[in-house]
Amino acid sequence: MTDTSQQLTGQQALGQQGVGEPVPQRRAPIGDTPQRRAMLKRLKRRPSVKGSLIALFLIVVIGLTLPFFAPQNPYDLTSFSVMDNRLAPGSESFEGTRFLLGTDQQGRDMLSAIFYGLRVSLLVGLVSTGLALVIGVCVGLVAAVMGGRIEAMLMRLVDFILGFPTILVALVMLAMIGRGVDKVILAIVVVQWANYARIMRSAALSERRREYVEAAFNLGYGKPRVMFRHIMPNSLNAVLVVATVQIASAITLEATLSFLGVGVPVTQPSLGLLVASGFDYLMSGDYWISLYPGIALLVLIFSLNLVGDRLRTALDPKRS
Amino acid sequence: MLDTTTQAPDAVPETVMELRGLEREFARKPVLAERLMKLVGKAPDTPSLKAVRSVDFAIREGEVLGLVGESGCGKSTLGRMITGIIPPTGGAVTYQGADISAMKGQALKDFTLGVQMIFQDPYASLNPRQRVGEILAEPLRVHGLATDKADIRRRVDAALTEVGLDTSYRDRYPHQFSGGQRQRIGIARALIVEPSFLVCDEPIAALDVSIQAQVINLFLALRAKRNLTYLFISHDLSVVRHIADRVAIMYLGKIVEMAPAQEIFANPAHPYTRTLLEQIPSVKNRKRHFEAVKGEIPSPHKPPSGCAFHPRCPMATARCRAEAPVTREIAPGRTVSCHLHDAN
Ligand SMILES: Nc1ncnc2c1ncn2[C@@H]1O[C@H](COP(=O)(O)OP(=O)(O)OP(=O)(O)O)[C@@H](O)[C@H]1O
Ligand code: SF4
Ligand SMILES: [Mg+2]
Repeated sequence: MTDTSQQLTGQQALGQQGVGEPVPQRRAPIGDTPQRRAMLKRLKRRPSVKGSLIALFLIVVIGLTLPFFAPQNPYDLTSFSVMDNRLAPGSESFEGTRFLLGTDQQGRDMLSAIFYGLRVSLLVGLVSTGLALVIGVCVGLVAAVMGGRIEAMLMRLVDFILGFPTILVALVMLAMIGRGVDKVILAIVVVQWANYARIMRSAALSERRREYVEAAFNLGYGKPRVMFRHIMPNSLNAVLVVATVQIASAITLEATLSFLGVGVPVTQPSLGLLVASGFDYLMSGDYWISLYPGIALLVLIFSLNLVGDRLRTALDPKRS
Repeated sequence: MLDTTTQAPDAVPETVMELRGLEREFARKPVLAERLMKLVGKAPDTPSLKAVRSVDFAIREGEVLGLVGESGCGKSTLGRMITGIIPPTGGAVTYQGADISAMKGQALKDFTLGVQMIFQDPYASLNPRQRVGEILAEPLRVHGLATDKADIRRRVDAALTEVGLDTSYRDRYPHQFSGGQRQRIGIARALIVEPSFLVCDEPIAALDVSIQAQVINLFLALRAKRNLTYLFISHDLSVVRHIADRVAIMYLGKIVEMAPAQEIFANPAHPYTRTLLEQIPSVKNRKRHFEAVKGEIPSPHKPPSGCAFHPRCPMATARCRAEAPVTREIAPGRTVSCHLHDAN
């Protein structure tokens, strides 16, 4: 890797000499610090991470451009027929369309169902992580900067939520408010924001003691400004690294809840629900209904975890 | 060096800042065992640390007051209270005649901006995610001191030039600078709000020896140009010698001696001051390096009985162990707290 990059720069230098005109210097975009650039470089160097990044990229592209990729719309009841139910992978339908990954018990094309399922899983994972992150960061920051009674109260709440098993809280909540993509997201946010709040608070506390924060107060900046302009950007790394890993666990949680029948509705199947719906037929040899969504889920979570994990190592301050 | 000690005979310097019985205590958070004991009702006295113990002095307009003491004696804590970064737990600070803890509105803003601090660690005192230009422009924007872009740019450039930095540095991040340059940026940040009083908390202690003199000279030049008042903190008397008009010696949270700079170097009154002076490297006493005062620095958690300096004092008597000395004026403008001066 290093060899090729050296060669490349060598060639560039030669090329520049040949043309004889200076290359205009690119202005670094805001926030593009040398540390960050070095970090991205470290991140890209690992082949396993490369694979994961490619897989994630594909999944996201598929999720965004779904109607072009999926042979069928699994949400549209008229687009498939029960006549085609539980066809083996590769077989043809009554009307002659080919089902690459077979069909489920309702005659839905598995490939399309998986694509749509990936989209639901990703949506739930990203939105719930994003919301939980925003709430957690704000709570952690406020606790660290305000201190005193406010901090004590907020952190008690955090301890309270973290004291229960995640899945239990989510199950109970969904049993009460019912199924639905929005409700699953809500449940995941409720169980996950506390994680971020705790990490953010400790990061912000250690940042708060640094002299530039004292300088900010000394210059008469208000607490909100010091919190969001000074402390937050410098303590976000820790929380962001955890968030990348938490996307995967949010997706797992959603899959688990859907598998247990309290997650997304049957009309909008996610990967977890697809696995669950094929579960009954597993014994009768119709493995594909559960297997392929399961593999898709595995690839998604594995890639997310790998990237998140490498991000953690790359962001490790002791290495930079 | 500038001869800063001569005052015009008829100019009576006004007091800008006055400290009265100033104290700061840090309570350590009780550990679990102590919290449990408290629940049971057998509360051990919560461990606390008195970083600053009853400090009284006044700072006059335009002077440079040196504050000298060993590491951990409470110098930074004192500086933080004077700038309003942390509140005192006892006593009061008055700025231009008004108690700073009671200030509101415009008076509070005048005090906050009027009294700025230069920090000890140039590597921690600048926000690593802000460009130098943003660091310097932010105070102007926040306080509406300059509103349009061109004006802000002009003042940022002026501040950079004033501290001896190139104006092109405004697009760089703090980590791209050396310690001395960062300290200059910190000085520019303080100056941009046009303060009249600077608390310089060991501003050169973290710098290379070769840079130290340059930064000291910058402080002297700024003082002459802007008519600033300094509280100049240092653990090294020899640094203060170059810049201070008066010197206060601090030991374990207390001021043990205060005198005009010339007198304190010529004729130190307190045994601690004498030991500090002996430690200064010089040709005469054939010392080449700064050495710490002999004996361990006592823990501020448990200050020694009587005179806090007695375990290390060569002149200590039984009385010193039992009775804390009071602060006395031994000559006009000279105060000492030591039993040796009780007779006079
Ligand atoms: N926020 C705090 N919480 C608890 N203890 C503190 C705090 N700040 C300072 N202290 C303690 O107060 C004492 C005085 O600290 P301070 O920083 O004022 O000393 P200093 O004279 O500036 O020392 P140095 O030369 O090392 O900077 C020390 O024992 C320190 O541990
Ligand atoms: S009071 Fe006693 S112990 Fe303290 S400095 Fe004076 S002589 Fe030394
Ligand atoms: Mg200090």
